Amino acid sequence: MKIKTLETRDLKASMEQGGCGECQTSCGVANQPCEQEQE
Amino acid sequence: MTHTFSVNGYSIALDVFSGAVHVADKVSLEAIKLYETKSREEVTGLLLEQFPDEEGLSPASINELLDTLDSLKKAGKLYSSDDYIHNAPSKRSGGHVVKAMCLHVAHACNLACSYCFAGQGKYQGQAALMSLETGKKALDFLIAHSGKRRNLEVDFFGGEPLLNWDVVKGVVAYGRALEKKHNKVFRFTLTTNGVALNDEMIAYCNKEMHNVVLSLDGRREVHDRFRVDHQGKGSYDSIVPKFQELVKQRGETGYYIRGTYTRDNLDFLEDVKHMADLGFTQLSMEPVVSANDDPDALQDADLPKLYEQYEQLAVEMLKRKRRKRGFDFYHYNIDLEHGPCIHKRLSGCGSGTEYLAVTPQGDLYPCHQFVGDEEYKVGTLDRGIQNTALQDEFANNTLSAHPECKDCWAQLYCAGGCAANALHATGSIHGVYRFGCELFKKRIECALMLQAALQEDKEQSA
Repeated sequence: MKIKTLETRDLKASMEQGGCGECQTSCGVANQPCEQEQE
Repeated sequence: MTHTFSVNGYSIALDVFSGAVHVADKVSLEAIKLYETKSREEVTGLLLEQFPDEEGLSPASINELLDTLDSLKKAGKLYSSDDYIHNAPSKRSGGHVVKAMCLHVAHACNLACSYCFAGQGKYQGQAALMSLETGKKALDFLIAHSGKRRNLEVDFFGGEPLLNWDVVKGVVAYGRALEKKHNKVFRFTLTTNGVALNDEMIAYCNKEMHNVVLSLDGRREVHDRFRVDHQGKGSYDSIVPKFQELVKQRGETGYYIRGTYTRDNLDFLEDVKHMADLGFTQLSMEPVVSANDDPDALQDADLPKLYEQYEQLAVEMLKRKRRKRGFDFYHYNIDLEHGPCIHKRLSGCGSGTEYLAVTPQGDLYPCHQFVGDEEYKVGTLDRGIQNTALQDEFANNTLSAHPECKDCWAQLYCAGGCAANALHATGSIHGVYRFGCELFKKRIECALMLQAALQEDKEQSA
């Protein structure tokens, strides 16, 4: 039996780090990379 | 909240509010399902009963598994709560900063696609072309209302924007001249049916456009069923070589081949494969947006077939990627490590606030799908936002405005969905387009499966 946890962005932590609004306008929100995270 | 599912032999648990993704075996996945509502003794009994032939399964191994779940819960990666969302104000509310515009440079089209949500490009009005003066005013408006945002987006849309090519180039030149002065970066994009595309346009788009969206529905017979000119002649043979040339000169990024599927091609996977076989690698295939009584409209009865197609698409992508002949599908492009922050996931697409559509006459609408519906006109370039109550309604149309989404596992991937789809399906922008939800959830499950499989491949080749 095994459980493997993938590397993911911590959404709770992004409450403080995120919100800059520089990411691309979607037109869902799933497919938009984060500008800060890409730098 | 934790969502568990299996696709293509992968058993996956998504912890909704932390964003954590766990890949498990079938016994572990069942334990994850039982953990919150059963005691350790009950879980042990149920697992032994359900998996009598599972090698190595014993009370001791189950105890170890439950210890792992305890640790994941303690670390906030399983069964996490949404308390942190409700206890913090959104950084993206207030001020109505505008960062993106859809410029309708042409309310006219050289095709007459019967499924077009824009009524063959005229948006239920008269044919019209945007003047360069209006285009420049739009950029001035965008800069004036963009606050501290540096990245500004302008999409040339229609109708068919290539029918107003000189204005497209004039607006881009004007924007480039403004960038340094205002410390802004314009990302210009363009959506085209390709009919008027020529060598000069290809070279220009590849130099100036951050992204180009090229409309192609897939197989010739599928494409030519709807995408015909005003004489009823299909456009496939005319556009495919031009799209291939554009992509050849452009390289592998910054474009999407974008198709529409209807009830007539529920086997849309064949169309996606056809696009890939033509040499395109950045693909998007979208369900048609049409009235419920339209004979080509998708129906609830089609869902099982569509689920199957989306799953098979993910499997096909995996197969081709492993052969080094892969392609990307827009809805399966999710970046688990560097994806959107929680603020983006709560606030949605920004229609009506961050994002506005501009008509050829300079009228402002919440997005391109509202253009032509006078009730949703929010203002003009000359007078600014006049219907502030309507803009406030859009500003408040965030995830929390959709009580139906409260118990949905996909809420932080869709942010409550598309306001225009909701309006057409329910009569309210605060409604929920349930058919769209079902497709969306299936696509996210497939996208997560792909991430798990590609991660596994990476580990095996390391």
